[in-house]
Amino acid sequence: MTRRLTAGLAVAALLALAAFDLATAELDPYGAPPLFALGSGQGSGGAHCAALPE
Amino acid sequence: MAQSTLDGAARAAPHPRRAALIGAASLVVLAVAATAGARYGLLLAIGLGFGVALEGLRFGFAGPWRALLLRREPAGVLAQLLAIALVAVVAIPLVSQGDGEIIGAHAPVGWAMVGGAFVFGAAMQVVLGCGSGTLVNAGSGNPVGLLALPFFALGSFAGAWHLLWWTDLGTLPLVVLEGTQGLLVTLALLGAVAAALLWIAAPGARRLPRRLVAAALAVAALALANLAVAGQPWGVVYGLGLWAAKGAAALGVDLSASAFWAAPGNVERLGASIFTDVTSLTNIGIIAGAFLVAAWRAGGLSAPLPRLPLRAWVAVAVAGLAMGYASRLAFGCNVGAFFSGISTGSLHGWVWFAAALAGSAAGLRLRPALGLEGPR
Repeated sequence: MTRRLTAGLAVAALLALAAFDLATAELDPYGAPPLFALGSGQGSGGAHCAALPE
Repeated sequence: MAQSTLDGAARAAPHPRRAALIGAASLVVLAVAATAGARYGLLLAIGLGFGVALEGLRFGFAGPWRALLLRREPAGVLAQLLAIALVAVVAIPLVSQGDGEIIGAHAPVGWAMVGGAFVFGAAMQVVLGCGSGTLVNAGSGNPVGLLALPFFALGSFAGAWHLLWWTDLGTLPLVVLEGTQGLLVTLALLGAVAAALLWIAAPGARRLPRRLVAAALAVAALALANLAVAGQPWGVVYGLGLWAAKGAAALGVDLSASAFWAAPGNVERLGASIFTDVTSLTNIGIIAGAFLVAAWRAGGLSAPLPRLPLRAWVAVAVAGLAMGYASRLAFGCNVGAFFSGISTGSLHGWVWFAAALAGSAAGLRLRPALGLEGPR
């Protein structure tokens, strides 16, 4: 067996994650934030490992 | 003549495959931009860039720390410090504006934070992959990284669940190096660490290879792009925990029992698509980018899988779980705490560096006993 198998499994896992997500959550491109946060005037979402919950 | 034709075919063969790889990656980025929003497509592209840079230029964290501790070869760590310094020059002034558009990876130092960093450092040497390294390894077909990754996600979910209990054990006030003075102190500290590493380096190991300089420049540019587009620094751990949390919720786990996952911001993210979550997108991009590089290289996926004893695979799973849990308590891994913490002026990044380096020294001693050293 070679890495072809395990790399394929990694890609399959990503596809499964995407399928699960698309089945359980909706996307709304019209409600998306501006392309750049810098200069947008909007506050950052704060979904970062250094952030404590508010 | 016949041989020459065969050789030509062998040389030409990669091109359709490589064109297909570029085409597929571009299509996915465009699809995310069209269905989720342009910012999210761009963040996925930035993640792909990270994956390509990290795997293509062999820029990592766990490996260079191992080289420093075992062989006094500091080149990889010096490249990390260079990248952090380049990001800090832009990021600290931006974050110091304080208008909330751009936030830093700022977190308090505490008992759990220090202990978490130590455990993460030890576990990342067992797995021989840090936060970003585990993603890269999984994408490039390394079975150790592939096994560690889901356990990393589960650990991150569980660590976040318990985070507030741990921080209640004792936490100092937040300390952030801000403005011009904060930037100068950060650069001076980075320079002092670099000088110390060069001083203790083994003879002949003081050179920084061109490949690592290029990697540091690429990673710094991508980290700044991440900051400008997302409004927050590069991170890994939050996204992995979110994936596990969404899975747990789908299986019927009541997340409202956790003060962390029941917080309004996290409830909102649990209900939203991961294609609108910053760290999820860059994580996906890193895995996919590493896969692209491995598939691009001639023979990149033809390496045989290692033959490790059962205890080694068990150790990898346990270490992956520990990495995820500990990185939540430490307010980040090598990316969110060390790289992004220091480059945005957070004191906890420096404390994380010291504690994780000590943990790495302990982790290196564990590897032989766990069957992770020796012939593969």
